[in-house]
Amino acid sequence: MNKKEEKIFTIQSSPHLKEKESIPRIMYTVVISLLPAIGASIYFFRFRAVAILITSIISCLFTEGIILLIRKKPINSLWDGSAIITGILLALTLPPSLPLDLVFIGGVIAIGIGKQAFGGLGYNIFNPALVGRAFLQTAFPVAMTTWTPTILQKVDISTFATPLGNLKFNQAIIKGTLTPLKDLFWGNVGGCIGETSAIALLIGGIILLWRKCIDWRIPAGILSTLFLFTGIFWLINPNKYASPIFHLLAGGVLLGAIFMATDMVTSPITPLGNWIYAIGIGLFIGIIRLFGGLPEGVMFSILFMNAFVPLLNQFTRPRYFGEIKK
Amino acid sequence: MWNNLRKRSFRGGIHVEDHKEQTESQPIEILNPGEKVVIPLHQHFGTPAEPLVKKGDEVKVGQKIGEGKARFSAHVHSSVSGIVKAVDYYNHPSGQFVLSVIIENDGEYAPFEESKEIRDPFSLSPQQIIEKVREAGIVGMGGAAFPTAIKLNPPPDKPIDTIIINGCECEPFLNADNRLMIEYPGDILKGAQLIKIATGAKKIIIGIEDNKPDAIKIMEAHSKSFPFTEVIPLKTKYPQGAEKNLIFALLRRKVPAGGLPFDVGVVVQNVATAKAIWEAVSRGKPLYERVVTVTGPGIVNPKNILVRIGTLIQELIDFCDGLKEDTKMIIIGGPMMGVAQWSLDVPVIKATSGIIALTSIPPDEERPCIRCGRCSEHCPMGLVPTQLMRLTKFGKLIEADKWGILNCVECGCCEFVCPANIPLVHWIRTGKSKVTLLKKQK
Repeated sequence: MNKKEEKIFTIQSSPHLKEKESIPRIMYTVVISLLPAIGASIYFFRFRAVAILITSIISCLFTEGIILLIRKKPINSLWDGSAIITGILLALTLPPSLPLDLVFIGGVIAIGIGKQAFGGLGYNIFNPALVGRAFLQTAFPVAMTTWTPTILQKVDISTFATPLGNLKFNQAIIKGTLTPLKDLFWGNVGGCIGETSAIALLIGGIILLWRKCIDWRIPAGILSTLFLFTGIFWLINPNKYASPIFHLLAGGVLLGAIFMATDMVTSPITPLGNWIYAIGIGLFIGIIRLFGGLPEGVMFSILFMNAFVPLLNQFTRPRYFGEIKK
Repeated sequence: MWNNLRKRSFRGGIHVEDHKEQTESQPIEILNPGEKVVIPLHQHFGTPAEPLVKKGDEVKVGQKIGEGKARFSAHVHSSVSGIVKAVDYYNHPSGQFVLSVIIENDGEYAPFEESKEIRDPFSLSPQQIIEKVREAGIVGMGGAAFPTAIKLNPPPDKPIDTIIINGCECEPFLNADNRLMIEYPGDILKGAQLIKIATGAKKIIIGIEDNKPDAIKIMEAHSKSFPFTEVIPLKTKYPQGAEKNLIFALLRRKVPAGGLPFDVGVVVQNVATAKAIWEAVSRGKPLYERVVTVTGPGIVNPKNILVRIGTLIQELIDFCDGLKEDTKMIIIGGPMMGVAQWSLDVPVIKATSGIIALTSIPPDEERPCIRCGRCSEHCPMGLVPTQLMRLTKFGKLIEADKWGILNCVECGCCEFVCPANIPLVHWIRTGKSKVTLLKKQK
């Protein structure tokens, strides 16, 4: 090279190599891992599931876009995948018969209050999808607890209940009408559109673990705590309490433990923090289901433990290499 | 015996494409400098050396031109013979301007004094060896440039039992140490023996990453003629060559936070440093030359070159037939910890292990931290980089100290894996210097 020729080099702080990993890549991996659950919801609830999913995603993207414009933030972060995930997750936690305008309101609340009010991606304390759902549950309790059977079920619609509702309000154990585990596993039961099929959720969980998009401690902690808690009561009185396996497969436990509680932004960053967080969620689910007024407690348990995350991060600092015990 | 079942390693770290294939089988070539040689008086960790020459003085090869007077300092020697043109501030690989001796090279390479061959260097006393190492201005040649004489002289209450010779060269692209082990195994092993004598250690371990099978084979074959000397292959994982991680991988000993290898009875020396020690003690040769790997996708013909300290990197690049058109970045050192250069008018110093020309720059579009925890998972020091970044940002320096910010070795693993492209190392460096300042003020 001619020495007089000036060549401009970039200077920057080390390191000068980077892995090809980015937030959109992580987010779209989560979207892919949700595909089995989306597929199951469409299989069991057909058009209703499609309508709810589309409405919810559009609502979340719309709200995110408007607020990004108002806050004068780069609009391209609309496509980082996080708003789409919130949309999908919110949809999956809604009952199939919910009117679409309510779905839309849920999406606005989820993104507007659950996420952007805190400063957008990375700054929110509570899981946005669950904030949206909590609002709907409180504001529209009847619509949110009206259940319809899957298109494969041949039952009387007027007395239809979810497996957990059946357990709580209809003395299902004594009557012998407890939902069979096989149906819970495949998903041919009533409930929120995305929570019914255990197998679809488990496949998603395996994808997330394989791609290292979630901390294994969180699902492990939640599921084992709930298993032990409900297991103890089942052993004491199997005529009153359902088996721990039933509790793991019924309701929103798998959806919550695999996709909701593991949200990176709203879960602790330290290993010990994650254990405490997960065990807390598992315990609260158990307490609400067995002794609370509601048949299901996954949503409130996760939101409740979300609130502890900053504190957990603060007090569970991992010991660094060579740290001397004090 | 579980060590044999599982490759020796440490917790954390990253797997990087090593990019070593370009130069791993390139024999070391010799390049003499051009007319101008620039020798900085600050090439080591500690206080700069003070100049012993002035404009117009005549100097010879190996003549001491800078004296390291302070405890943490090192002497500097001329690498050529010629006339001192100036003693002035000049570009330095660190990016700063450093007082340097600028010499007009006469091309004669006349030695300052006849080499004094010592018949039996192994019969010297520890003090004699340390004195010769100090006189030769030897510093750690792996990158940190810590004055070697200080490392060989541990406090009396910290007995040393093991010498580790660091042949990991875990930085991608570099092959300088690899080639030294292949071409000069004898000198490295003899240097290691001298370190053993100087520190009173009992055994020597040579740690080499398993992506250098030739070096492992050759070092193993040669180490058989030395007592208590063993070659141990290590898993290829960055930063395997970081002192504390290397000690842990080989000996399962943890250097206490804030401590030094002395504290667990170990002295670690790089292979290039071991060779320099042998040359200094057996022949009185000061440290005025070293092997540099010039490589990367932007270099036309990558090479390993033995150059004299003070040679400008423009000359090394020209010797490799220049840069490709699309070169975007020049780095001195490795790509993970090296310093990006704005100019090619920069001299090679004692710690320059490589010159790397990159044709692509990592993306700098920063997004908010989503607390994925990857930085923490990969930190070889068990820190939580994102937390350190946040504490530094908000000025919570006492908290940052509690979270161990001073233990960061700036290896760059956290930033390498960060999906949000946050300049974590930059933040932590800022935090470290602020915390250090705060502690000094107390």
